[in-house]
Amino acid sequence: MMKFERYEWVAITIMISLFIFVGFIQGWSVSLVILNMCIISAIMTMGVNISWGYAGVINFGVMGFLAMGGLAAVLVSYPPITESWQAGGKGLGISLALLVVLVIAVIYINKIIIQKRNRYILNSLIIFFGILIIRHFYLNATHNIEDVNPAIAGFLGGLGLPIIFSWIVGGLFAAGVAFVIGKVALGLRSDYLAIVTLGISEIVVSVLKHEEWLSRGVKNVIGLKRPVPYEINLQNTDWFIELVIYLNASKLNNIIDVSERQQVLNNLIIDASGIFVKLSYAILFLIVMFIIFYFANKAQLSPWGRMMRAIRDNETAANAMGKDVVKQHLIIFVIGAAIVGVAGAMLVTLDGLFTPSGYRPLRFTFIIWIMVIVGGSGNNLGAIFGGFVIWFSWIEAAPLTTFIINQLTIGLEPDNALKLHLLDSVPYFRYLLMGLILLLILRYRPKGIIPEKVRHS
Amino acid sequence: MIDFLNSIIVLLNFIIIPGISYGSQLALGALGVTFVYAILRFANFAHGEIMSFGAMITILFTWLFQSQNIGLGILPTALLALPIGIIATIILCIISDKIVFQYYRYQKSVPVVLAMVSIGVMFVINAIIRIIIGTETIKFSDGQKFILKAKQFKVMTGLNEGLAIKSSQVITILITVLLLTFTFWFLQKTKTGKSMRAFSDNEDLALLSGINPDRVVFTTWIIVGVLACVAGTLYGLDKSYKPIIYLNLVLPIFASAIVGGIGSPFGAVVGGYVIAFSEIMVTYAYKKFFVYLLPSSMEPTGLVQLLSTDYKFAVSFSILVIVLLIRPSGIFKGRVL
Repeated sequence: MMKFERYEWVAITIMISLFIFVGFIQGWSVSLVILNMCIISAIMTMGVNISWGYAGVINFGVMGFLAMGGLAAVLVSYPPITESWQAGGKGLGISLALLVVLVIAVIYINKIIIQKRNRYILNSLIIFFGILIIRHFYLNATHNIEDVNPAIAGFLGGLGLPIIFSWIVGGLFAAGVAFVIGKVALGLRSDYLAIVTLGISEIVVSVLKHEEWLSRGVKNVIGLKRPVPYEINLQNTDWFIELVIYLNASKLNNIIDVSERQQVLNNLIIDASGIFVKLSYAILFLIVMFIIFYFANKAQLSPWGRMMRAIRDNETAANAMGKDVVKQHLIIFVIGAAIVGVAGAMLVTLDGLFTPSGYRPLRFTFIIWIMVIVGGSGNNLGAIFGGFVIWFSWIEAAPLTTFIINQLTIGLEPDNALKLHLLDSVPYFRYLLMGLILLLILRYRPKGIIPEKVRHS
Repeated sequence: MIDFLNSIIVLLNFIIIPGISYGSQLALGALGVTFVYAILRFANFAHGEIMSFGAMITILFTWLFQSQNIGLGILPTALLALPIGIIATIILCIISDKIVFQYYRYQKSVPVVLAMVSIGVMFVINAIIRIIIGTETIKFSDGQKFILKAKQFKVMTGLNEGLAIKSSQVITILITVLLLTFTFWFLQKTKTGKSMRAFSDNEDLALLSGINPDRVVFTTWIIVGVLACVAGTLYGLDKSYKPIIYLNLVLPIFASAIVGGIGSPFGAVVGGYVIAFSEIMVTYAYKKFFVYLLPSSMEPTGLVQLLSTDYKFAVSFSILVIVLLIRPSGIFKGRVL
């Protein structure tokens, strides 16, 4: 069903050979670590690409949706903490119920009072006092929860289900938040939509950072269960040991000394278990990536995708043709955010820990956007390519700059102040590289490396 | 009566004076963003980094002067280095325009593309700053730290509450007043200022009446450079200089510009103060204030705080969202978004 052009095959070959190259130079473990993050980045990029590339809806809230996905991973997989529920569950329930009442009251007021000024006054009064009352119950409850065993718990915990379910739940969480944001903000001109989504994502992250009862906040959640086996278990599994022996038969058979052979075998098993775990992650992630890629392509080629392009290229004309632009914008914004949410849950799954303070816009919003622009907006393969290439250069920038600086300053003495300062600043050169890549692409190839295919049908 | 005075002092000390100085910094930043928006017509994400760059150059020269024992006595040495920082920032702005932004202006690119380009510029400046000065927190204020110390004030007035005024706060407020007066005088009275306003109002008409667009853009970048460098340095002088913080500062600055009415310079200034005061007022714990004001039987038990200080940044954005919902064109009607 899908036919790739020749340059697309070239791009795919480049992506694969990058990892084989790193595998031989820096080891397969490093290569797989980069590959896993590349796949996740590619999924994030596809999410952004769907709203930006298909419909021209800008989404700078990537960081917030990723964080929602991460929260889902915690809430799905962490075992429930019953003491916390007993301590504050009732209070939280009451405040939630009151909140629902408040929202209904506001909606009701908006319906029955028509005069604008009265409506504003009444609304602000009700919201102000409502929040005061809710705060009373809420603060008590959260305080109690955070007091339960604060060193290891201090939050509600989750459902204790396998973490892999959270990939779907993360998508739903992100979609829910995106729906609210979309209702409020879509309809603004695009660069203001960018600022507003960026700001709201900051709000989402700061809520996750400071509502300790929910996400444990800056104390982080560690030790989330993996969907793949643990290294230590693998090392004691018979079939795995036999597999390693079988794969390395020629190497092992050359060693005659028994104790030395055992030593070599142990090292091989430890290496192999690490690689096996990363490989299992990679396979899981690849499956998700291909599923999303398949459906994204399908959607793009469908009449719906054609309508989206029509809306993107000329909103007024699409509107005149009877397409509900506002509704379609909202739909595509939510879908894009949901995919980013899936990627967020996968990210936390891979790390096994949730650190709300780690969500920074530079790393989790702007870099993703560079991936989209560089890869080619409107083309799913381009999105994947952008995700792979940018993440790859983000990681490999440090060794590369160290090498370049060493080459350039080869004439200087080893304790030269300038040389030492430059070597200290190596981690910052990746920002320079990212900025330059973005500027060069925007200047000389504004449609991205793999541009959108123009379809005449 | 004494209690009433005490409560007023509490408000002055913890809300009004910090609010005015933080608001001034935001106002200068928002004014810069507004200039870029009104003349060049895009949201400049690199503005925070431009501020940071100006502050960095100022710091470097402050260090140079300090090592040469050149100082201003009770005033911070940074004031002496500030003009050099301003010149460097202007050069940075003009170089980035010539190398990067100009091309897209001639191409008549849509605003979103320019915003993306400004993100690229943001990354590059960000990297340059980190490579030159690292990511450490730097305190570079010297000279006399306080104009009025809390203790002195207590002795002077015999009140329970002290009022402390930092010299950095007074400097911030004075420089802001000077700079704002100059900017508005420039916009209203000079020929160049008028041509800038005409260009912002209707580009085609301005071009027809013989206004040179390159000259207008050039002047704009000079003004933006001055505003950004001063705002960045004052912020660093008042709190402390931390390269990472300026990226976070971009958001409240954008919020100020939009809340005030995007494209309207006066609105940007007002927006800055609105955002600053609401951030401080919503997150301040009013317990002390009420302790003085209310009879002891009605004393509050909690902190009387609407939101914890952790939500400072969230406040500015909630205000932005509310304003966009109720009055999309901002407080002072700017362009409709």
